[in-house]
Amino acid sequence: MEFSELIKTATVESVLLAGTGLPAVRGTLCITSHHLLLSSCPGGDGQPGTVELWLLIRNVDAVEKRVQNLGWYQPPRTNGSPRDTRLAGSSGTITLRCKDLKVLQLEIPGMEECLNIASSIEALSSVDSVMMMYPFFYRPQDLRLEEGWHLFPLEQYFQKIAAQTNQWRLSDLNRDFTTCPTYPAGVIVPAAVSDDTLRRAARFRQGGRFPVLSYYHPRNGTVMLRSSQPLTGPNRKRCPEDEVLLGTVLDEGERGFIIDTRSAQAAKQARMTGGGTEPKSSYPQWKRLHRPLERGRPLQESFIKLVEACNDASLSMDRWLSRLESCRWLSHVKAALSTACLAAQCLDREEASVLVHGAEGTDTTLLVTALAQVILDPGCRTMVGFQGLLEREWIEAGHPFHLRCARSAYSHARLKQEAPLFLLFLDCVWQLSRQFPFSLEFGESLLLALFDNAYASDYGTFLCNNEKERCLCKVKENTHSLWAWLNQPEEKKKYLNPLYSHNPLVIWPSVEPQSIQLWQGLFFRWIRPSQYLEEARAEMQRLVEAKEAPAKESAGSRLSRSLSDPAARTENER
Amino acid sequence: MEHIRMPKVENVRLLDRVSSRKAALGTLYLTATHVIFVENASETRKETWVLHSQISSIEKQATTATGCPLLIRCKNFQVIQLIIPQERDCHDVYISLIRLARPVKYEELYCFSFNPKLDKEEREQGWKFVDLNEEYNRMGIPNDYWQISDVNRDYGVCDSYPTEVYVPKSATAHIIVGSSKFRSRRRFPALSYYCKDNNASICRSSQPLSGFSARCLEDEQMLQAIRKANPGSDFLYVVDTRPKLNAMANRAAGKGYENEDNYSNIKFQFIGIENIHVMRNSLQKMLEVCELKSPSMSDFLWGLENSGWLKHIKAIMDAGIFIAKVLIEKDWISFGHKFNHRYGNLDGDPKEISPVIDQFIECVWQLMEQFPCAFEFNERFLIHIQHHIYSCQFGNFLCNSQKERRELKIQERTYSLWAHLWKNRADYLNPLYRSNHSQTQRTLYPQMTPCNFLYKFWSGMYNRFEKGLHPRQSVTDYLMAVKEETQQLEEELEVLGERLANLQKMQLNGNKIQSKQQDRGKQLGLSASTNSLANTPQEYGSDLKSFPSRSPSQGDEDSALILTQDNLKSSDPDLSANSDQESGVEDLSCRSPSGGGCLPSEDSGKDSDEAVCLAV
Repeated sequence: MEFSELIKTATVESVLLAGTGLPAVRGTLCITSHHLLLSSCPGGDGQPGTVELWLLIRNVDAVEKRVQNLGWYQPPRTNGSPRDTRLAGSSGTITLRCKDLKVLQLEIPGMEECLNIASSIEALSSVDSVMMMYPFFYRPQDLRLEEGWHLFPLEQYFQKIAAQTNQWRLSDLNRDFTTCPTYPAGVIVPAAVSDDTLRRAARFRQGGRFPVLSYYHPRNGTVMLRSSQPLTGPNRKRCPEDEVLLGTVLDEGERGFIIDTRSAQAAKQARMTGGGTEPKSSYPQWKRLHRPLERGRPLQESFIKLVEACNDASLSMDRWLSRLESCRWLSHVKAALSTACLAAQCLDREEASVLVHGAEGTDTTLLVTALAQVILDPGCRTMVGFQGLLEREWIEAGHPFHLRCARSAYSHARLKQEAPLFLLFLDCVWQLSRQFPFSLEFGESLLLALFDNAYASDYGTFLCNNEKERCLCKVKENTHSLWAWLNQPEEKKKYLNPLYSHNPLVIWPSVEPQSIQLWQGLFFRWIRPSQYLEEARAEMQRLVEAKEAPAKESAGSRLSRSLSDPAARTENER
Repeated sequence: MEHIRMPKVENVRLLDRVSSRKAALGTLYLTATHVIFVENASETRKETWVLHSQISSIEKQATTATGCPLLIRCKNFQVIQLIIPQERDCHDVYISLIRLARPVKYEELYCFSFNPKLDKEEREQGWKFVDLNEEYNRMGIPNDYWQISDVNRDYGVCDSYPTEVYVPKSATAHIIVGSSKFRSRRRFPALSYYCKDNNASICRSSQPLSGFSARCLEDEQMLQAIRKANPGSDFLYVVDTRPKLNAMANRAAGKGYENEDNYSNIKFQFIGIENIHVMRNSLQKMLEVCELKSPSMSDFLWGLENSGWLKHIKAIMDAGIFIAKVLIEKDWISFGHKFNHRYGNLDGDPKEISPVIDQFIECVWQLMEQFPCAFEFNERFLIHIQHHIYSCQFGNFLCNSQKERRELKIQERTYSLWAHLWKNRADYLNPLYRSNHSQTQRTLYPQMTPCNFLYKFWSGMYNRFEKGLHPRQSVTDYLMAVKEETQQLEEELEVLGERLANLQKMQLNGNKIQSKQQDRGKQLGLSASTNSLANTPQEYGSDLKSFPSRSPSQGDEDSALILTQDNLKSSDPDLSANSDQESGVEDLSCRSPSGGGCLPSEDSGKDSDEAVCLAV
């Protein structure tokens, strides 16, 4: 496929661009294989030649076109060039609704141009082949391709655990992705369990996702495991290897908790389709807790409804709250946080190991395990630690980003497998950062950047659904890593929380409704005026830096100067 | 105290508002001014103090096997649930409190017995703190158009107005008196705010007694005088804060609103702010939502919407914004009716009580949320003012008018809140405020549409005593500490610089004056070592590192603790007797930070305990 086939009209002059909260700008619109550009023309409102818009077409979620044919008078077609038609006053408006929730309007003179542009954008934005996506073409000058791809090797994570216990080992049984196609090559498993046993246990779990270590709690040596549902089925099948695997995790007389992210009812029903849950009789040391979390279509619909409500300017104050309630997004946030707290509490307070799973073990499971780690582990609350967590618990753990983030909240396309689980996770982390404003090293801006990049990105980090696919597409060889870009000193500065100070404790959030707020920074990002809040942030930064400045100066140069000063030295010696 | 039937009850249990499983056993005391609960737990002996004047309702619930429950709701949104073992004791406490919470005479109020041990001069200073004339001077009044009128000197014209009233120069005493007779409670139009940049102003008055057709020449002249006091404007906006229907209904009672035909060059505008009864019910409903035990997200949002509270807040904000806009557009406003009516009227008939002041305070908070750098004070300032409006600990908010306050000699017999707040001003400052910041320089333009969703539930106020619900770390306190630290460092830097200069001078001057310098050097060395400045840079650096222990690592635990310390630090012993302080202490075992009953058996108090240990 050639991109040029999809582009029907490459440039249009005198296009008016308008976005919420921005002054309209007129310029030349240009479509390339991956971008939509608008550079303002001389005599326009902007600086001539300035690029006013640089939009990744992958970011477009929905294209809406409206054609106005102002003149009912059509010039005779004999010598009618498109220009004449245009003079007759026909024009069109294209509304671009983006995955990052931004809404842009393009007013395009000429009906035909308008329709062409719209269909070109539609075609380009729905290219589904991974290797055709922009990250495979993006070559920034100041980054090297291999940079950032191997920042967080599982080996390194394992070494930290190995330093404290020899109960776990790093297995490469999945190196060719045959045991479990959605697991990475390396997994951390109980040292006492052989690869052979693991292979058999994998056959008893949906998609081969057998229980693996997700987190080791250094304070008391308890662990959090994750897996998919066991394939007990209607005949209540058992698998001795799976029972051995889970049994090994617990010592004699120890109790563990299985947190099932489905309701007891749903877990029971799953037996009809070959799934199910661990029966008490086969896993006597494990106690099951059901904490239903929404996923799949209901979650996507919740997201769509929320965004709709946020953009509904006609909504009055008294109807706003019931709209917010009816979309249930905040209920999902509350449920996810509560469940993660439950898992964290089992580990830290009950001193019991935990296995988390739902059905496939790639959605709500990862939401809970990742969130619990942010709550428990101060290391995950640093800029680097958080990236490592995302890499380990979302990307390598096989959250199907390509399917889940194919479309955002505006798309009119038929929903397939889209679901904003990752966004829900980011929202929960934002709630934590609001309740513990000093405990996370990164700020809201990082969470926003992650949301944007998960849905449309210049970088390959969130491409594909699992490591196997990434290997096949050679993502790590042919695209740049988001982490390499984020970790450049200049860039990194934008995402740091100026108030951060290391907090070694577990951060237990409140999950009462009064404490859970709508994430305005995301859902109102393009709607609310951010100027005053930005100013407040800058002021905060200024205050913190002002403290550091004299400290540095006095502690560093001045005092050392005074010490190196002979008079000062004599004075000190006295 | 003749009203106290039962000064002390033992073995009372104080329930945790969130988890009913947890309860503290202790002794309940009734004093002339406070209800006090002292816990039995020997290490803490935690105390909960509630001023009688804060009590808004007392409810005796049906006796159960464990005892007789008593529910005390306070005006500062604290809710206290006690279980008293004996029904008879409970009844006595109930009857006593009902009487104590409803003083019949002003003299029974706490402010008449409250004594912060200030001398007479300090007390007088406190009352001079806010000088209205000075406020008007700041606006540029009196000037060519406006003057002070003494027409109300003996409260002869309007007993709810102060003696000094600002009116247009062209309004004669005759016009004022005539106009006042045509106004409810004789509240004639008087200046409230003057904008010296464009001569625009806000006046306020009560509704006219127009009925269906009555007119008053003097009142019409009064409005003309106001219009003419702004030479640049052709007309005058008259803003009626009621819904139009309410205003029309009032005409039947001989009241009503200005007829545009009778007043030349006025534009009439209704702003539908509901009456006090609607507002009181709305607040009541919202507080019921706050009291729900572990509500679901839906329960909460549904209840919040049903209360209509945020809708009313937005209506008030809209009104304020409309008026501000008009003001900017260089027009005149004679501010509508009954706005100021309830302001001081906080005592008496329960039907007359209205949350207008609560709403005003909340509107300021909503503005602060949108303009974080624009206000010099912080959220705590608003919360403490709200607290003291009802505490009756200070005389400021007593009575209904200046007249009554003078008759009661409030200024001689009570203390002023403003002086108290000023004394502890460090606790109330917004670290983000800078007088030269752009947000403080100009008028604020809050976003109306489509950002009406920005109006949020204020849990800091309405769930003020559920500390577990709030952010655990206070950005305000941290930044204030940072600011303070910066200042200290800068001062130290100056000292160092000075010292350096001295040393260099010493070197230059050589041995001649060495003995003198030595003394001086000793002195400096001494002062420097107390600042740990004479030590090595490394130690200085580590000293710096240890700095955050004052804030962020302290912030690891409940913000509640910070508040407690604040109060201990900032408040005189008498204030510490109010429930602020008690709430802080209570927090420590308050609610599990891990939140709502979602979690299995565990002592959720542990978290904060752990944190406290760490902070110590």
